[in-house]
Amino acid sequence: MRRAVIAFTAFLGGLIFLLASGTPAAWAEDESLRGTLQYQGRPIDGVKISVASEDGQPIGEATTAADGKWEIPLPGPGTYQVTIDQSTLPPDLELRFKDRATLTLSVSEDQQRTALFALVPKGDAADSGGQAAAEPSVWQRAAQLAFEGLNLGLIIALAAMGLSLIFGTTGLTNFAHGELLTLGALIAYFFNVTVGLHLIPAAIIAVILGGVLGYAQDRFFWGRLRKRGTSLIAMMIISIGLALFLRNLFLFLFGGEGAPYADYNAQQGIQIGPISATPKNLWAMAIEITVLVIVALALLKTRTGKAARAVADNPALAASSGINVDRVIRIIWTVGGAVAALAGIMLGLSQNLNYQMGFHILLLIFAGVTLGGLGTAFGALVGSLVVGLFIQFSTLWVPTELKTVGALLVLILVMLFRPQGILGRRERIG
Amino acid sequence: MDWNTILVTTVEAAVNWETVVYALAAIGINIQFGYAGLLNFGQAAFLGVAAYGMAVTVATFNLPFWLGIVIGLVATVLLALLLGIPTLRLRADYLAIATIAAAEIIRLIFRSVTFSDIFGGSDGRQGFAGEFFAMNPYPRGEYGIGPFGFNERVMWVLTVGWILVALALTLVYLLMKSPWGRVLKAIREDEDAVRSLGKNVFAYKMQALILGGLIGCFGGFIFALSQASVQPDLFGTELTFYAYTIVILGGAARVFSPVVGAMIFWVLLVFLGNTLSEMVGAGMIPFMNVNQVGPVRFMLVGLGLMLLLIFRPQGIFGDKREIALNAR
Repeated sequence: MRRAVIAFTAFLGGLIFLLASGTPAAWAEDESLRGTLQYQGRPIDGVKISVASEDGQPIGEATTAADGKWEIPLPGPGTYQVTIDQSTLPPDLELRFKDRATLTLSVSEDQQRTALFALVPKGDAADSGGQAAAEPSVWQRAAQLAFEGLNLGLIIALAAMGLSLIFGTTGLTNFAHGELLTLGALIAYFFNVTVGLHLIPAAIIAVILGGVLGYAQDRFFWGRLRKRGTSLIAMMIISIGLALFLRNLFLFLFGGEGAPYADYNAQQGIQIGPISATPKNLWAMAIEITVLVIVALALLKTRTGKAARAVADNPALAASSGINVDRVIRIIWTVGGAVAALAGIMLGLSQNLNYQMGFHILLLIFAGVTLGGLGTAFGALVGSLVVGLFIQFSTLWVPTELKTVGALLVLILVMLFRPQGILGRRERIG
Repeated sequence: MDWNTILVTTVEAAVNWETVVYALAAIGINIQFGYAGLLNFGQAAFLGVAAYGMAVTVATFNLPFWLGIVIGLVATVLLALLLGIPTLRLRADYLAIATIAAAEIIRLIFRSVTFSDIFGGSDGRQGFAGEFFAMNPYPRGEYGIGPFGFNERVMWVLTVGWILVALALTLVYLLMKSPWGRVLKAIREDEDAVRSLGKNVFAYKMQALILGGLIGCFGGFIFALSQASVQPDLFGTELTFYAYTIVILGGAARVFSPVVGAMIFWVLLVFLGNTLSEMVGAGMIPFMNVNQVGPVRFMLVGLGLMLLLIFRPQGIFGDKREIALNAR
């Protein structure tokens, strides 16, 4: 066991070495709106930007600095209106879409959201057209929310499948699974921003490293604890300790402020029927669906996949029928780590990177896993999609800032009325 | 290196208000986790509901302080009932997830803009502690021995806080010697055996959850009063996990261990924080800045929690046979 701890410490030391990058500047952790006003690389200073709440109450004002940057802190998550004062723009420039001087943006918890104002030389301005300016119909909104919900649900599903399979095979309720997402996202950030690789190779490296770290975690840490006979409750609390440790390590290395990747930042949305989406969203979803299908097929068709489901169903019986349980568990940790890293990168693409991003989505992952039925791989998939859709659809009736509350309430209600979840079986809940 | 300041703040940390708050939260957890084997990961919500119950009554609705205390207590009991009824029949890890989810729900509601008229958004509420400090019997001034000392406001908070800790410890000591406490411990060991003896296991668990929550809720009052303000993010899940670390450090299912655990926890944390800050300030650790001291301290908390559970799950005073780590 002592060797396990030494190995684990060495692994974490390597991690520190690997991630040691950049000096964090400020340690803000609250919500804000910000942006950089520039035209063809030339920063524009002295432009007034103001923020008001959804019902028009003024919240703050800022003037862009010499580097074009502005930031307005917000009282909390919610929907806000950002207005640029067009009269303070330099005389040779104007907004590209004059009717979009006010943007309505929703800001989630701890998010530092960027607001973009596109500038053009005077005379080149266009109307964005009546379509975008007009209030969208309920059906349009529903379609848009369904799209966003699917986007979120797929990210949750990626993480949830790993969590659920690890629970099914080892019984570990892993509170440090969210940190695997953050880890993947931050490794990609390191290679993308600090090293300077393009995001795609950076993401591939991060996914591979995520898999390696998943393997190492089981080989040198959880596997040894299992052999030692550490009880499941003790392992659960150990995973909380690990999560605390990793989260503060990320804070130490990355700083408390959010940051985006270097690529695909300011993509113009494209309109597909009633839905407006950025190309990166569509690509991300395509990748997520492909990975989920591959994992699902592997579970159904390959020997290892069948063995994994057998171990998740009944480890003792699987072992006695000749399945190498330890090997199966190790494969699940490897794949789980890689897929979690991918989920973290996708999450980082759709919002800013943040040292708490995985922790914040962890409870949604639990909600997806519980809803689908703890320990079942396909249950986790279905449950996660339902959770993602539910969260986005609920914004039709509840304020955006409280959408997570709805999902967590559902989590508790599921435990009350159907603790085995949608696809789970009764005997699992004990 | 200013060793004098480090020494003074470290010694003061042993009795300071953080220690009181965390000791009360940990005594509550000790009843739930140590004696009854319940994994309540939402203790922060109990402290938060109590603190906000008091603060909102006084600051938002301008009602008297004592009514605020009563509302805080009622809110805590209601939360325990709401949480316990659906989840206490489930096994341990479900209870853990449900309680942590509930704690997040409550924190998100406290910090939401929608309800900021009542709870004050992420700024929280201030200006409710006036009546409490009006009762302060200490005249203005510094109180202490040698270099160690507190002003009259802190002294008043600490006096009330340590009296509450003493009362809570007495209560736990008496209860755990009583038949009620024995049933609780039996439930932790084997729930089905207790049920077969005709005991209502669910009712006992619920009572343990409520009692632990109520003791924790006094920690919430002290937290709010010592700061004279409440903010939603003070009651995040970290509070719960630090309290668990304290219980496990002291040793679960021992009357005094939460208090000793809290003292050791805060003395170590303050000592480490101050020493590291001084060393960084003196340029002795070139790769760190002052802002990074906080994360390093809490990295060590996480590491400590892991190592404790791996090598010494019974903590300092505990008995290995009495730890509810094999609960289902």
